[in-house]
Amino acid sequence: MLSRVADSLYWMSRYIERAENNARLADVNLQFLLDLANQPQADMQQQWNPIISSLEENELFVALYDKLDGKAAIDFVTLQENNPNSIYSCLTLARENARTTREQISSEMWEQINRLYLFVKSESGKKLLRSSPFEFFKRITVGSHLFQGVTDSTMTHGEGWDFIRIGKLLERADCTSRILDVKYHILLPSGEKVGGNIDTIQWMAVLKSCSALEAYRKAYVGQVAPWKVAEFIITHSAFPRSIRFSVDYFDAALHHISGSSESNYMNEAERLSGQLRYDLDYVTIGDIFDFGLHEYLEQIQERLVEISDALHSTYCASAAHEKIVTG
Amino acid sequence: MGDFFTGYEVGDFFDEMFSGPGTVRPHYAKLLDRFAEMKPEEFERKRDLAASTFLRQGITFTVYNDDEGTERIFPFDLIPRIIPAAEWDVIERGLVQRITALNLFLHDIYHSQNILRDGVIPKQIVWEAAHFRSEFMYFDVPKNIYIHLCGTDLVRDERGNYLVLEDNARCPSGVSYVLQNRQVMRRVFPNLFARHRVRPVEDYSQELLNMLSYIAPTGLTEPTVVLLTPGIHNSAYFEHSFLARSMGIEIVEGRDLVAEDGHVFMRTTKGLKRVDVIYRRINDDFLDPQVFRKDSGLGVPGLVDAYRRGHVSLANSIGTGVADDKVVYRYVPEMIRYYLDQDAILPNVPTYLAANKDELAYILDNLDKLVIKAANESGGYGMLIGSQASKAERERFREKVKKNPRNYIGQPEIPLSRSPSFCDSSIQGRHVDLRPYILYGEKVTIIPGGLTRVALRDGSLVVNSSQGGGSKDTWIIGENEERNNGVVE
Repeated sequence: MLSRVADSLYWMSRYIERAENNARLADVNLQFLLDLANQPQADMQQQWNPIISSLEENELFVALYDKLDGKAAIDFVTLQENNPNSIYSCLTLARENARTTREQISSEMWEQINRLYLFVKSESGKKLLRSSPFEFFKRITVGSHLFQGVTDSTMTHGEGWDFIRIGKLLERADCTSRILDVKYHILLPSGEKVGGNIDTIQWMAVLKSCSALEAYRKAYVGQVAPWKVAEFIITHSAFPRSIRFSVDYFDAALHHISGSSESNYMNEAERLSGQLRYDLDYVTIGDIFDFGLHEYLEQIQERLVEISDALHSTYCASAAHEKIVTG
Repeated sequence: MGDFFTGYEVGDFFDEMFSGPGTVRPHYAKLLDRFAEMKPEEFERKRDLAASTFLRQGITFTVYNDDEGTERIFPFDLIPRIIPAAEWDVIERGLVQRITALNLFLHDIYHSQNILRDGVIPKQIVWEAAHFRSEFMYFDVPKNIYIHLCGTDLVRDERGNYLVLEDNARCPSGVSYVLQNRQVMRRVFPNLFARHRVRPVEDYSQELLNMLSYIAPTGLTEPTVVLLTPGIHNSAYFEHSFLARSMGIEIVEGRDLVAEDGHVFMRTTKGLKRVDVIYRRINDDFLDPQVFRKDSGLGVPGLVDAYRRGHVSLANSIGTGVADDKVVYRYVPEMIRYYLDQDAILPNVPTYLAANKDELAYILDNLDKLVIKAANESGGYGMLIGSQASKAERERFREKVKKNPRNYIGQPEIPLSRSPSFCDSSIQGRHVDLRPYILYGEKVTIIPGGLTRVALRDGSLVVNSSQGGGSKDTWIIGENEERNNGVVE
């Protein structure tokens, strides 16, 4: 497949996943604020800061809005055209990438991505966000799920599909680490204790952001505790939004492209991804807390960037003087 | 007669559907019956369904110099344009004759130039043509075919005669709309297709791929064919991608290709892969910065070298633009006589050349009656419709024509035929043209029908999508139609 096309498929998939995660993050935060509204002395405005921080766009946010309140934060994360990571921007970029790869993806995939894009662009999309943000976010997440389902059931499971899978899972690992890291940025209201009521609500919000609350309840009995939540979200081997699961599966997809065995590596992307995969297989939650949760998550994010770069230079930056495949 | 066509005015034009007020032409009779039984709400629903299908599938074109979002839907009119088989047979023969002569002409002027020596066409007209590529004199193109794809625009005058308005022999566009319009119509009016025997258009992409494979460098049984696009920002990108998809070939940009040792390769995830045939949707000027425009970022350095060596084939060949120069166009009937010893089956629109002294005087004296066109512009640009232009515009064109007579022609304004179209909540007559698509490979293949473009603005004669035009599905109704009339239903 054309290198440029592989690159576009990969980014198309990343952007859709990113849009979905932004919707999750905003949705859960909104619900969390509603829960919090019943609490005395809650500082509503401050509660949006962690979301903005997790997107690493503090400066842009401050530059774009006069009043830094919840309304501004929601706009920033959803429809703000000047925020390169807003849901609007992500879906626009996903569609641009899809447009350049129309002959590779199925018509059904294109229609789904186009429908989602037209929705966020439309007046009715804006209206829905104002009148019922919950439904707006639902449309985005369901739209993304639909895209994944349509992709799996209408596209040949070949190289292009592998690049799409890798994009989705790599982005998901990154987003999940950011969602978990949000808790690092959240300040407990003064007078509240770690392990107290608010603290627990916040950890539950983190789980909900990853659609993980129900799965978590099945895995752990008793109270929602920080180390258990972190353990579940980082290291669970079978929950599809955990970091370990995402890394396992994109590692497998990488090997599927090159045809090399998963216990070996043929290129730099596979080497880095294998390394991360085995680290996650053997790490304990005790190690992570000793290292520092925030620091650990940052380190994961950096390694994901390295893998993405290596993937690009292996498959997408092919120079003129390489082996010639004919036929 | 159904409500839809009550009060429909035929006007002073040839109407495709009605021969007089309330008198339907036989080949439109069944369509009229269908509309008679349709309620306005049903028609409204069908219009919505068609519009949402186009939008959802992203069937759009790009408009330049337009700040409000660059993508637009090409407006689609639900009332098909129907051509009976007997008429179509004549058109088809006329187009085969025309493309045969144009190819003989191109081969001649890039070799011995007999037609110029014999004085049939003035030498300087060819030599001064903007798209004549003297670099390719004596170059032999694969299978001796220059124009593999041609879109020839036909119009009908007030008596219903078909005339050739122009040939598009470089990168004709629009065929994807023919295929998409048909797909949407089948969805919106499933029963109509059961009642009529409409000739199918769906095998176009297969014919296109057959033609492209046919012109591959000799000795290759399974050539690698690609479509070369300027990229996503080109107005016809949707079409490029659509055609590549329907043929199952790669769509590439210049940056995906690299020329080495006289061969062209594409960059893939598994290294370089050789390319044998390029269906290019980039004009000559931008193909190769080493040979043509140096500032072209769209092309591939070294591509022309590979082409000269016969290692890669191009469709269309380099240098076909001289055949669709509007001054050269005037001589196509002469070419047909010269090469084929036949009269043109499809006549040209009468054309005056500003390059000829007496004709120039006629043009300048009649600016308010003529249509003035630049020799090498398309898309409705560089054109003056004298009767509708302001005095200032006409004077502007007078200066242009006087300054560069070689570059201008004048034609009488043809009162184009009209076809009933849905506008402003009622059905009204709107001017139409027809662009059939011709493929020249092992044989000449013409898509049955082609693209009917319609000028949706009241009174407008300009059908280009960039100028407010829309399109219609075009039906060629099979020859058994008349005999089965009344039986099929």
